[in-house]
Amino acid sequence: MSVQEVPKNLKPHLQAPSLFGFGQGKLVTILIMALLFMLPMIAWWMGNKFYLDFSVRIICLAIAAVSLNLILGFGGLVSFGHAAFIGIGAYAVGIPAYHGYESAWLHFPLAVGLAGLFALVTGAISLRTKGVYFIMITMAFAQMAYYFFLSLEEYGGDDGMTLWSRSDFGLINISDGLTFFLLCYSVLAICIYLTFRIVNSRFGMVLRGCNSNEPRMKALGYNTYLYRLTAYVISGAMCGLAGALIANLQDFITADTMTWTRSGELMFMVILGGAGSIFGPVFGAVAFLLIEEVLSAFTIYWALPFGILLILSVLFIKGGVNGLILRGWKS
Amino acid sequence: MSEVLLQVEGLKKSFGGVVATDDVALDVRLDEIHAIIGPNGAGKTTLITQLFGEQLPDAGHVFFKGNDITRLALHKRASIGLARSFQITSVFMDFSVLDNVALAVQAHEGHSFKFWKAATTEFLLRENAMKALAQVGLDGRASNMASELSHGERRQLEIAMALATNPVFLLLDEPMAGMGAEESALMVKLLKGLKKDRAILLVEHDMNAVFELADRISVLVYGKLIATGTPDEIRNNSEVREAYLGEA
Repeated sequence: MSVQEVPKNLKPHLQAPSLFGFGQGKLVTILIMALLFMLPMIAWWMGNKFYLDFSVRIICLAIAAVSLNLILGFGGLVSFGHAAFIGIGAYAVGIPAYHGYESAWLHFPLAVGLAGLFALVTGAISLRTKGVYFIMITMAFAQMAYYFFLSLEEYGGDDGMTLWSRSDFGLINISDGLTFFLLCYSVLAICIYLTFRIVNSRFGMVLRGCNSNEPRMKALGYNTYLYRLTAYVISGAMCGLAGALIANLQDFITADTMTWTRSGELMFMVILGGAGSIFGPVFGAVAFLLIEEVLSAFTIYWALPFGILLILSVLFIKGGVNGLILRGWKS
Repeated sequence: MSEVLLQVEGLKKSFGGVVATDDVALDVRLDEIHAIIGPNGAGKTTLITQLFGEQLPDAGHVFFKGNDITRLALHKRASIGLARSFQITSVFMDFSVLDNVALAVQAHEGHSFKFWKAATTEFLLRENAMKALAQVGLDGRASNMASELSHGERRQLEIAMALATNPVFLLLDEPMAGMGAEESALMVKLLKGLKKDRAILLVEHDMNAVFELADRISVLVYGKLIATGTPDEIRNNSEVREAYLGEA
């Protein structure tokens, strides 16, 4: 289709979406993403392993939050069971490694595949419910997965299992902190870009339409159930990937990585950062873990002020951190 | 007489002891506007939800182009050429006006499992949406959010969305609801232009609009069709005057 054929009145309506958004918010977004890349490198260069690992932790949870945002922020599906996918991804690394299979080319596809499969089966059932029931049933499935792994005595049960060496990529060695950081950052970047493509595609329009007005979508002829299920599977698979990275980060896997409180934390990251925005969940993960880190340095009762802060942020910051960034520069 | 598109036979539906649809038979033909009128509680809404499969009748059949569609799934109806607008305005408030219609166009173009190309850059999607908007005179508002539209404009948007799938059969559920006289007049003009190559079933309370627009009118009272005919026949039907138009 050549440019000349486009009628004049249609031109303004044929614009491609922008990954980083528009205006000044764009600069801030790029700046934060650059800082998230530079600061850990500087920490590593100065020999501070703690901050490198801390950054990788943020990035891994950001990936999980990005995956949740696809269905929660854009799809309006409040899943309270996303920790299950992290756990499945983590055990997809741990269990093969325990049996001597250490290839990352086995671990990662397995993590994505099994998390996606779990999403397909549980989603097929959960998505037949709505609202509060959906929240409860996703949480129930996650708890089932939690107790399943907790009861596997062979793989450590509630003591957890140690990952003696990180997944073996062959070409690159992720036992090295910096290499692992670069891998995680790349995965995050890819997940963000995938989300960006998906939510702006035809599929994304349908997903957002279901969020906005599902009965209308049905009347238009969309099989909303199938589209939502597909989104749920994509989201679960992406979250499984985060789980595989988290297993490698911790070198230790326990069912505690998939407790229901973790699902709640992910939800909070998404909402705190700005549900339904591309970079919001990343900002949310950064803010969440930074605040947690700072507060816990002051007091062992950090959870109390933390909770209050979170409640206040949800009540008073419209659109989360992302909204703050957009508005702050508009006014 | 032109081709019958939608045919209803022996439709029955009751809720407990209340008979909401009582052995209703009617047809809607190509190039005509067939209006259904009736006092509040006559069962108009119950009737049309059965035509569109949102509720299943206890007995009876609905045929479209000769095929029984009584139990056809809701989401399959658009693809065979049925579309409806809603009594309560139901648009995507947080979408732009053009995106609203584009979603409707997209629904008619096969599956939407396309994950990569940005929908806002798809020429045909946008162009067809714009055409539908132009038909209802809303093309100037394309980039506004649906939430920014006035009530009358949202009703127009509803119709543009119904038109976007290029339906052969169009059900309009009180398109004039809540409109002022000026907006109504605009809508009447709009609807007149839409019946060519289509069958339109119109459910409406605004009697001026109905008598101006309809080629045939059916009168529903307590779930029963008491008369069907041209506007003049209905106007002069004593039973109708008694039951519905009161004295007149």
